[in-house]
Amino acid sequence: MDRARFVRFGGVGQARDVLEVLQPYSYLAVLASILLTTLPLELYLGVRVWRRPRRLALTVLPVIVVFVLWDLYAIDAQHWFFDPTQTSGVTLGTLPLEELLFFIVVPIAAAMTLEAVRVVKPHWVVGDEA
Amino acid sequence: MTYTQLAVLGVVLVVLLDLVVLRTRLLGRRVFWTSYAIIGFFQLLTNGWLTGREIVTYNPDTALTSGEVLLLGDWRIAFAPVEDLMFGFALIVLTLDLWVVWSRRGIEREPYADGPWVRRRDARLAAQRAAGGDEGQADQRARSARP
Repeated sequence: MDRARFVRFGGVGQARDVLEVLQPYSYLAVLASILLTTLPLELYLGVRVWRRPRRLALTVLPVIVVFVLWDLYAIDAQHWFFDPTQTSGVTLGTLPLEELLFFIVVPIAAAMTLEAVRVVKPHWVVGDEA
Repeated sequence: MTYTQLAVLGVVLVVLLDLVVLRTRLLGRRVFWTSYAIIGFFQLLTNGWLTGREIVTYNPDTALTSGEVLLLGDWRIAFAPVEDLMFGFALIVLTLDLWVVWSRRGIEREPYADGPWVRRRDARLAAQRAAGGDEGQADQRARSARP
């Protein structure tokens, strides 16, 4: 889009400047939105995923190991690429920080979803009943 | 290995993990497929953002898609290559299997959900029970998993 056109419409141009400043956080924004939209499950339904730290850690850590290895292989084999203008730029080796956070945030959201479904459907068997 | 091959392998491995290795058998349970439907819907949204905005792009040599970012078609659903759905499925099954397995082994299985919504529901059910004398069907079902 032509920048001069935006400058003429001062406000719109500023809005675009704001978007440009926010651009490196495009991926992080996705992760934040997942955390925010699932938080009511913890607070309102009381699914107790955040408040079971041992079980949560034992669940998330193996997931991180498996999927970070997959990710590192995929990056090395050029299966996929990350846009440097839409990521924070913080990396662990070749792995963008966002990818590591993804493998933490998504499992938490998944466990919260399962626990939320069982709150609403208490008679559905999960397999860990006492 | 290509992304397609790895994605298929990932799905096969988590199916074996669930049915044979851990025997959690979530794949045979309604609670899993309902959860997966919800998670899958949000995966399409979030992954659509990541792929539609080309935050993540894919090498057409290792995936089924030919590289053009389409909303639907050319082996893409909501902008994302179909392999991402398999990748996500593997991620979700591994996660939920582990979440259930540790609970089975007694690690932080309880307390059960106790949020305001649950307390209100339980209070309502208790009031119904006290008023009616006999337990309603919904009440019995609600209590069966929470002895």
